[in-house]
Amino acid sequence: MRRLRALAALATVTALSGATLTACGGGTSTGGEGSNASPKTLTYWASNQGPNIAADKKILTPELKKFEQQTGIEVKLEVIPWSDLLNRILAATTSGQGPDVLNIGNTWSSSLQATGALLPWDAKNFKAIGGKDRFVDAALGSTGTEGKDPAAVPLYSLSYALYYNKAMFKEAGISKPPATWDDLVTVGKKLSKDGKWALGAEGSNLVNNIHQAFALGKQHGADFFDAQGRPTFTSDGAVSAVKQYVDFMAKDKIIAPGNAEYAQNQSLRDFAQGKTAMVLWQAAATTFEAQGMKPDDWGVAPVPVVSGKPGAERQVNSMVAGINLAVFKNTDNLDGARKFVKFMTSDAEQAHLNKAYGSIPPVTAAQKDAAFDRADTAVLRDTLRKSAAPLPQVPNESQFETSVGTAIKKLFADAAAGRPVTTESVKSELSKAQQQMPKS
Amino acid sequence: MTTLTTPPPPSKERAAPPDGKRPARLRLPARLRRVSLPYLLLLPALLLELVVHLIPMGVGIVMSFKELTQFFIRDWGAAPWTGLDNYELSVDFDAPVGEALLHSFFVTVAFTVLSVGLCWLIGTAAAVFMQEHFRGRGLLRAVFLIPYALPVYAAVITWSFMFQRDTGLINHVLHDQLGLTDSRPFWLIGDNSFVALLTVSVWKGWPFAFLIVMAGLQNIPKEQYEAAAIDGAGMWQQVRRITLPSLRPVNQVLVLVLFLWTFNDFNTPYVLFGKSAPEAADLISIHIYQSSFVTWNFGTGSAMSVLLLLFLLLVTAGYLLVTSRGRKSADV
Repeated sequence: MRRLRALAALATVTALSGATLTACGGGTSTGGEGSNASPKTLTYWASNQGPNIAADKKILTPELKKFEQQTGIEVKLEVIPWSDLLNRILAATTSGQGPDVLNIGNTWSSSLQATGALLPWDAKNFKAIGGKDRFVDAALGSTGTEGKDPAAVPLYSLSYALYYNKAMFKEAGISKPPATWDDLVTVGKKLSKDGKWALGAEGSNLVNNIHQAFALGKQHGADFFDAQGRPTFTSDGAVSAVKQYVDFMAKDKIIAPGNAEYAQNQSLRDFAQGKTAMVLWQAAATTFEAQGMKPDDWGVAPVPVVSGKPGAERQVNSMVAGINLAVFKNTDNLDGARKFVKFMTSDAEQAHLNKAYGSIPPVTAAQKDAAFDRADTAVLRDTLRKSAAPLPQVPNESQFETSVGTAIKKLFADAAAGRPVTTESVKSELSKAQQQMPKS
Repeated sequence: MTTLTTPPPPSKERAAPPDGKRPARLRLPARLRRVSLPYLLLLPALLLELVVHLIPMGVGIVMSFKELTQFFIRDWGAAPWTGLDNYELSVDFDAPVGEALLHSFFVTVAFTVLSVGLCWLIGTAAAVFMQEHFRGRGLLRAVFLIPYALPVYAAVITWSFMFQRDTGLINHVLHDQLGLTDSRPFWLIGDNSFVALLTVSVWKGWPFAFLIVMAGLQNIPKEQYEAAAIDGAGMWQQVRRITLPSLRPVNQVLVLVLFLWTFNDFNTPYVLFGKSAPEAADLISIHIYQSSFVTWNFGTGSAMSVLLLLFLLLVTAGYLLVTSRGRKSADV
């Protein structure tokens, strides 16, 4: 009897701890090329672009209805928060049970392309949506590994800009936004006083950390990956870039230590409440307005560079941010999915949707709309045109976001706790991150 | 369902020799039915167990011998075999992957010991206290069970708000109101994150201990306490000599279950810290999740899971051996 009881208990342990293992189980669906078995419906996973999911539904639903009227295809919409999106895509990839059309972060293009789950956009598919040359080159640079057919089509484009609080600048006697990093630190020291701080950051947001480190990395001549796609996280340029970013808190003391634990856009809230004077962000206007700021309260300038003049190579000041539209290869409405992509990337829809989200159309013709000449969108558009570079399009890109993003998070935690952040400590964290990258 | 036509006298059945010789009076079909009935009844549960746990576990074990990255997740069967590479990577404690796994293992052990210990202590103390009759006992008992009844996600998210450095309630009380700290400490990053995690875990876990111990206490005859009181035993002596020994079987199961739940806890650190927990609070479950699902290194993640499973089986087997031996000597 006792043995039986022990056996039962052991079985329970197996069951309980088996949960960890179970989580690793996956389907074996290989899913062939798509079909047209279900031509009347499409499932669309949209990423959360607006201030919240309800806002996205409100923006997208009338457009989807329009599409239904044109084609007779009903689109089932699901808006997915950013924090869940990659996991959901991964689960859909493994099980073969996913949407027909979906939004992906453009930096994931190459990683997701490697899974083989996404429909390649070859010449024929591009022709079905009006041709490749309708799109801006920089945006096409973030659609998959170089030399392969893109895994997705650009939908919304974004870039980083420096948002600054006009009143706080005026009060500190500063007449114009900083154009170089040296300026930013000088101005920052004037602004950081009386419980107010110069610059906002999201120290625990891995992806944001990567975006900042990447642009600074470009300015230090570092790419984080070599031409063969191998990680080079510990190159002098990469170390200097990461150190420069963390030093804004550790050495220059122009970022509040509390920002080390921010990961939910709290830095935007602080900016809107006048607690910080500047943030480096992609298209923040709608969020600021939603938090009670008036468009005249803030100014927009290009992200600082070393020389003060953004453009080409070392004067890169932003990653090419944006959202791509992809089709799951095993869709059972292949023609419908192509039609939907064509609809969403049409000139009219591009102008309409990008206006609604405050982003820039990756379709050249749609950029001509006057809405994109507004002060803030003009800065984003010019940055995209002149001084933005795509994140490395390598299959391990998503792991890079996590491992280096985590390293920067740890360094920010050190800075916040008053521990020294040195070239050695930065290099050591980046080296650990590099060694945790999977072989490929 | 048919019933047995000629049930044998129970005494004969019990006297049946253990070598399986059939009692002469029992006819074969009836005997067969009798023997197979429990197994038939168990069959659905066994099948479910097979489908829900054992098969995926087998799949997980197979995966741990494969180089499973994003290139193969769509068709993991096609991933190349790597032999013991994933295991070697996991236990190479001089390299970052193994070093980090070992670190998270020690963090988890320390966290589990403290959390289970505190849950048990608080739960038992509360249960003993609640044995006394007093006004408002029912209400208090209901209040005690609130953490156990709340949805884990909602509760832990609330804690994460309270632990925020600048706007959280914890620092407001500790620093602003009581002045116990010189500056506002961080709770969600850095070393304090361990304390934050432990606090939430104990808050969440002790009501379960309370519930189980309370149920156990109901089974102790009141007469024992009365007799002890007449013999002059005080409160503490009664707890030590009657309550704790009587609760032994209950505690044995309680501690084991709490241990397994706490060791494998994923929700609390995930909701509190997100995908990458601070080093001081890097529990093994979230560490394995990160190795598999965040860095897309599913083979290595599976190998780590298998190692964790082996460890838990070993600990549980040892625990059962020790506790059942203890009971044997107590029975004598």
